Amino acid sequence: MHELSIALGILKIAETETAKANAKKVELIELEIGTLAGIEFDSLDFIWPSAVKNTVLEHAHRKINIIQAKAKCIDCDHIYKINKYYDSCPICNSSFKGIIQGKELRVKLLEVT
Amino acid sequence: MCGTCGCGTDGNSPVIQMPKKHDHQHEHGHEHPHNHKHSHSHNHSHSHDHKHKVLQIEQDILQNNQVLASRNRGYFEAKNIFALNLVSSPGSGKTSILEKTLKDLKNDISFYVIEGDQQTLNDANRIDALNIPVIQINTGKGCHLESDMVYDAVKQLEIKNGSILMIENVGNLVCPSMFDLGENKRIVIISTPEGEDKPIKYPDMFHTADICIINKIDLLPYLNIDLEKLKQYALQVNPNLQFFEVSAITGEGMQAWYHWLKSNI
Repeated sequence: MHELSIALGILKIAETETAKANAKKVELIELEIGTLAGIEFDSLDFIWPSAVKNTVLEHAHRKINIIQAKAKCIDCDHIYKINKYYDSCPICNSSFKGIIQGKELRVKLLEVT
Repeated sequence: MCGTCGCGTDGNSPVIQMPKKHDHQHEHGHEHPHNHKHSHSHNHSHSHDHKHKVLQIEQDILQNNQVLASRNRGYFEAKNIFALNLVSSPGSGKTSILEKTLKDLKNDISFYVIEGDQQTLNDANRIDALNIPVIQINTGKGCHLESDMVYDAVKQLEIKNGSILMIENVGNLVCPSMFDLGENKRIVIISTPEGEDKPIKYPDMFHTADICIINKIDLLPYLNIDLEKLKQYALQVNPNLQFFEVSAITGEGMQAWYHWLKSNI
């Protein structure tokens, strides 16, 4: 259940940035989460209300941009979508790859009032 | 809850303590909410223009953990400390491998140990029995160690230059994979009864590890497990993994692991 840690990490960023902007609360929070970031979205949904209760995020609308993971094959340079770490290159079948996107876990923007 | 005396602390904040050094001071880790059950009258009016301000943040959610992990890493580098983060599911034999390693090498290498568990000082007591400096982090309800806990623990351990620091994470094959502690190498331990497909069932942990120790090989005659298949699965997830096949009970295969440890300090 590391999603609680993640939710508290998001809250910390939101609180810091809201205070910096002299705002009172967050209307919209936009997150970017990659498909290989290790986040279970159902768990995040489950934990969210208790994590943000009585905070600047309590009534914020949450928007999540899900980023599809992609890898570049180290052997043949082919760029392909991956769903699992062990997906191998569809062209040459090599397991050697660099993950080029899909591990994002980021607060992209906040709309505050 | 305090592992020694049972007196209560907030279950959400980690408790860091050394065996036999409990002085009965507990931090007050929780906050008391200030409930506003009454309303305040408000006699002046506000212009109410609802100005929305958009803030471009672009900040990693785990940034705080990363920053402190880098700080730990810098500290280890400056003091020539080789720090290892041991991860596995509960019961794979992390503590047994540690005990065996410490017993066999403690005359050659200076070791320090950080033990992570949700509750109890049991593991720290096992290490303490070997006269190795050890500190226990009880994460309460937390399912993994984070870099700030290691940072606090390391400060209390006062590690000598040129030592090996073993950080035994909370037994959990999922959550600890996301949290860099500042370690030099991450060691994932899997035991033979767990089955050959663990690496693809829990790929994150194997993807982020450098070394994979396969423990309990003394049980192979009694199990229906294909060791080569296990390694093949693990290599699909992480082609750079290096393996050691050991039994912490019989000592079989431990020499190769010792050789690797010695070559890194």
